[in-house]
Parts: sequence; structure tokens; C-alpha cells
Amino acid sequence: MSEKRVGMEVSIAMAEAVKLANVDCISAYPITPQTHIVEHLSELVADGGLDAEFIPVESEHSALSVCAGTSAVGARTFTATSSQGLALMHEILFIVAGMRLPIVMALANRALSSPLSIWNDHSDAMASRDCGWIQIFTENGQEVFDQTICAFKIAEDQRVLIPTIVNLDGFTLSHVVEPHKLVSQEDINKFLPAYKPLYALHPDKPLTMGAFGMPEIYSEAKLAQDINLRNSYSVIREVWKEWGGLTGRNYDPVETYRMEGAKIGLLVMGSFCETAMEAVDRVREQGIPVGLLKLRLWRPFPFDDIREAMKGLETLAVLDRAISVGGIGGPVCSEIKTALYGQTKRPKVFSFIAGLGGRDVPPDHFEQMIHEALKLKKKRKVEEFMTIGIRG
Amino acid sequence: MSKPIDQFTWKDIPIGCVVTEAGNAREYRTGDWKSQRPVVETAKCIKCGVCWVFCPDAAIYKNEEGYFLANLDYCKGCGICARECWTGCIKMVEEEK
Repeated sequence: MSEKRVGMEVSIAMAEAVKLANVDCISAYPITPQTHIVEHLSELVADGGLDAEFIPVESEHSALSVCAGTSAVGARTFTATSSQGLALMHEILFIVAGMRLPIVMALANRALSSPLSIWNDHSDAMASRDCGWIQIFTENGQEVFDQTICAFKIAEDQRVLIPTIVNLDGFTLSHVVEPHKLVSQEDINKFLPAYKPLYALHPDKPLTMGAFGMPEIYSEAKLAQDINLRNSYSVIREVWKEWGGLTGRNYDPVETYRMEGAKIGLLVMGSFCETAMEAVDRVREQGIPVGLLKLRLWRPFPFDDIREAMKGLETLAVLDRAISVGGIGGPVCSEIKTALYGQTKRPKVFSFIAGLGGRDVPPDHFEQMIHEALKLKKKRKVEEFMTIGIRG
Repeated sequence: MSKPIDQFTWKDIPIGCVVTEAGNAREYRTGDWKSQRPVVETAKCIKCGVCWVFCPDAAIYKNEEGYFLANLDYCKGCGICARECWTGCIKMVEEEK
């Protein structure tokens, strides 16, 4: 295996990963902070460095509709968007998932309007939580590169055939320059062979895709979609294991940091995991047995891994970077609580909301969450959620 | 199709609900859900075919004797033929009758 260590912007590294994946078709509409990914891909295509079709469109709704068409004829297809762009794709997100078209999407996470914000949080991803795609979160540039390559292999596996979103935090990941180990084209070709569709539209063999489902079949079709998305879990693990064998970089649905002997856990997603690690180090120095849980796989939700990782914990603080207004507060925490509800031994779970619309969450705030959760554990009554770093 | 669609379990559905059999819409009788059906009094019919022209679902055919009748497998019971008929030979009758 050979790889080259280069410093580059994470968006550019992601575009390079898409190029290395020998993508056949890209259709996207530029939106901050995803712009550099598609800009670089359009340059690669225009300069002849990437033999693919780049189809410019007038909106994200059209971008994903074009992707549905190109994926349906058997082309390896990529798109990228953020925030309002994902919202405009909403209708087609569900359609391509139901049609089982293995499109790969980069989602440079950004807050939803209004108020208008171009900055990072997870409200776009959470609003599309139930779209039926595989959804993966990343922590740094290398993970973005690795997960982009893996996403094609996972999505296109004939046991899966489910579109896949690779989430990367807008700006805090997309616009930073980091060192990346770029795997050679030769190695990628071996890891990721050409896409072999199970069904492809072709005049020689007529097919109907996206037909209507009468009430007597719709429920069974949805059940099939749910079971197949859950079953993709084992293929995701298999692909990550193969990638780990090739590169030495191993990925798990739930990853841990300093969880040995931990009584209190902190659960975080995305690039803020790195800041949280610093906070965990500081709190460990204070003699408090804290550990960090990083949730990488959002869909299919890794129920068993979550339950396994929680063993021995008495208290858990969950950070949500989105808010379900007028309802549960933190969507991630709500899932965690659901996963633990049936367990006889489970930690007391506290939901924290912070880091909305580009608001920083420094190590101090993570420390505050840990201390707050420990304090609240002694009380009987607990609020639905607490906020950190928000003027109340 | 191996068995009727209302006996399919989730496992019987092709990936992505792809329909691999061309023209299988023929098996689907779209007229099942009408609440009224057209009844023609052939004695009054002048075989002009205005009902055939106006039928929005192409559900009217010409029989061997030249009369225009509705194929009830596809007729939705909209009543346009009865309304447009010059001689008034088409009457809409409730399905349960």
C-alpha cells in the first residue's frame, strides 16, 4: 500500500477522494460551506484530470434529481450540499433512498435559516434524519478522505444499495488545512472496483423504477427499507475493517477515548470530538473518571454498540448541536435515551445543547457539561435539556 | 407475477421496488374503485362515438355491432360520457345496484 502525506484544505481532500473513487457523474449546486468541494471537482473535470460528467444545475432539487437519473443508469454518482441546499433536496432524498440508488453525498453541516446562518451546526443533518440514507459523521480531514472512499464501497455493495451521506462540519472541517494521507490510485482501484448495479435503466432491458405503491404493498416496501438499512450495519463494519487492514486507520460505529474505568461519559459527534478529548484529559487530571464516546454512525443507529459502550457508566452527558424546538430538545440524546430505555442497568442521561449556528464550544464548556451532569445526577427532577454557552 | 401483490411479504419485493416485468400494469384493474357505472340503452344509441371521444381514460370501445360501450375494468365512473351523449342513451347507475 502506498500513500502520500500532503497538507491541503479538507474540502479539496474530499474532492480528491471523489476523483480517486473514479466517479462517473457529479451534479451539485454551490452553497456555503460545501462550495470548495464541488468547485474543485468541476476544475478537475474541466482540466481533464477526472473523466466524469459534471452536470451544472439551477438548484439542489435538480442536482439530486440528476443524480437519481445517473445512478439509475448505473453511473457512480456524487453530490455535495449544505443546510438550505439539503432542505431543498428533501423530497428527492427520500425518493432515491426508496429506489435504493447508491449515491454518495458530502454534507458540509451548516445551520438552517432563519435567522440566516452560514455557520456550522448539525441542524441540517438532524432535519433529514429519517431520509433513509446511511449517515456517517467525521472528526478530521483524514476521516473525511477515508470515509468518502468507504462510502462508495458501502453504498454500492449489492447487499446494501443505499445512498450514503458523509457529514463534515462546515468551516471547522471543510475550510481548514490539515495533513492528509492520500491513498494511491492503484490501491483505491483494488479496494473499490467499478460499480456493478443490480438493476440499471437500459433500452435493451426495460424496467420501471420509482413506480407507485398501492396501500396493499406500501407498508411492506417501507418495512423492507428499514430492515435493509439496519442490515447495512454488517457491511459497513466489513468495509471499515478492510480499509483498516489497508491503511491502518480503523473505524467503528461508536469510538471511545479514555473510557477505561469511566463512571461518567460524554457523547459527542463530528469535529467537536477533538475539543472534547482535551476537556476529558483536563477532567481526568481532576481525578474524575470521565471518558468520551464518539458517535460516528448515525444511520443505521448502532444500538448494540451504544449499549455496550455505556456499560459501567453511571452518568452520561450528551451534546446536541441541533435543537428540536418545542419538543425533545436534542435529537441525538433522544436516540441515546431510547437505546437505553429497556436496559435494567443504565446511566442517568443528561441532554446539553450547545454550538448552534457557529457558536464555539471550547474545552471549558465541555468541562462544564461534565460537572453539571455530575451535579444533576443527585437531583430527582431533571429538565428536558440544558444549554451551555447560551445567554439565558 | 408469482402471487398476487397483496400476499407479498417484505422479502418478496424486488430491491427498490423495481418492476422488471414490462407491461404488468395490465394486471391492475383501475376501474375497481368507481362508485357509478355507465349503462347504455342501445335502442336510443346512434353510434356517433361522442362518448368515445370524450372518455378521459380511453375506457370506451366499439363492439362488433358498432355500439360504444365502457370497459368496466378501466372505467372510473366519472360520468362524462353520460353528460356528453347527444341522445341521452347513457345513464349512470350506482355500483351497488
